Amino acid sequence: MRPDPIQRLDTTLFWDACERGEFVAQKCEPCNKLWHPPRPMCPSCHSLEKSTQPLSGKAKVLSWVRQVRPASYGFKESPIVILVELEEGLRMVSNLVGDEPPIIGDAVEVDFEKTMGGKAVPVFKKVAT
Amino acid sequence: MASASQQACIVGIGQTEFSKASGRSEQQLAMEAILAACQDAGVNPAEIDGMTTFDLDNTDEVDVMRSLGAKEIKYTTRLPQGGAASVATIVHAKNAVESGLCDVFVIWRAMNERSQYRFGQPHHSMSPDAHSSTFMEWCFPFGAQTPASWEALSCGPYLHKYGVTSEDLGRIAVIFRKAAATNPAAWFYGKPITLDDHQNSRWIVEPTLRLLDCCQESDGAVALIITRADRAKDLKQIPVRILGAEYSMLFNHEIISDFYAGDLIRTENSEIVADRLEAAAGIAPKDTDVAMIYDNFTPQILRQLEGFKYCGIGEANDYVKDGHLELDGKTPLSPNGGLMGEGYIHGMNNITEGVRQIRGNAANQIKNVRTAMLASGVAGAIIGA
Repeated sequence: MRPDPIQRLDTTLFWDACERGEFVAQKCEPCNKLWHPPRPMCPSCHSLEKSTQPLSGKAKVLSWVRQVRPASYGFKESPIVILVELEEGLRMVSNLVGDEPPIIGDAVEVDFEKTMGGKAVPVFKKVAT
Repeated sequence: MASASQQACIVGIGQTEFSKASGRSEQQLAMEAILAACQDAGVNPAEIDGMTTFDLDNTDEVDVMRSLGAKEIKYTTRLPQGGAASVATIVHAKNAVESGLCDVFVIWRAMNERSQYRFGQPHHSMSPDAHSSTFMEWCFPFGAQTPASWEALSCGPYLHKYGVTSEDLGRIAVIFRKAAATNPAAWFYGKPITLDDHQNSRWIVEPTLRLLDCCQESDGAVALIITRADRAKDLKQIPVRILGAEYSMLFNHEIISDFYAGDLIRTENSEIVADRLEAAAGIAPKDTDVAMIYDNFTPQILRQLEGFKYCGIGEANDYVKDGHLELDGKTPLSPNGGLMGEGYIHGMNNITEGVRQIRGNAANQIKNVRTAMLASGVAGAIIGA
């Protein structure tokens, strides 16, 4: 298992969607721009009105690491951490499912994994080529 | 720009020993370092009227005043962004004294980060709401929970693009321990390492950082006293002038977890700071005599060499291989052994070493030092005789 996400009032829109199995980004209502990580105000038009927009879940790997020492807290074994760029242009830290490290540029797609307290986080798996 | 008589100068430096178990409180370590800096300068601690430290520091301004007997503080601030704050303290000190707001400004950082807590390990109780740690929310549940993991993830694209190997990083690790081996204040005093030692050291974060790519976790404290040149001339030490001190933080960037903006190759914050420093100091960082570059992890040296324009983008690995960072090279790197070799007081012990190099009394004294570059990513300063 893994630790629950640390949730804040301004970021629950992302984590709540994960629990429903939906992969979304914060969307600014007036200007339609997408932002990650979520934030109280749109830095482009300064609106406080926000909703969420479903994302395709397709991404490519920009970087990967595995925290060996100390091992990742809350995990049975330290997972492969990846930095991905989503099809929509946003970047996010996540995990690659499995033990085999990726190659930079690998295509991946979103999935979800449960956490210790029954929440969920987005993770990625390699797209079969 | 301040006139010559109004220019900010570093007039006192102080530090405790750097250890793995100080046996005293962080609050006491801070007092010991500040008192040492005051005595070094020849100022009475009661005269301190401005102060700054890191937002991560556990001392408290009221308590600091109570111990120092400081009569009145006219300016105090705390700086965010972890070790990036180290050289940023110089920016604030300079502005505070050159504006006339303060006369005697103190900077300090105290930590028992080895014996009291482990700075390099996961802190699952840390508030994600402030204190330079909001990024934790987006890393912790994915098992990226240590400074080493964030650094390695952020540097991955750069290292991949330019084919930088673990052995390349090892050469940087060796340079730091070589200098530390002849600095009695350093943890690695008398303990130089070889490239083989580096290659045989255990993985901390695959596929990038081995144990010897990492800085220390140290107990200790460092302090500096800053005043204006007109006041400095009556004090004990030859003043070390702050020729320029600049800071730049760009939209959507972060510090160690810098994932969301830019191309993950260039360090644009540092590039801007380098240009402003050259304009302010009249000398570029690459033309200074000593390079005190923040070394939490080895890849940072490559990225800051390029960010502060010591060489072109993608050329830092060759710059290291060509020997320019050796103590007898063109731009000697951290002759104290840096944060890897001497100790990790969050970057502040690199600043005191820069001052010693200009005074001419460092353990590994470089010949004819007139200027030194101090760098911590988003902040840079050039100091000189």
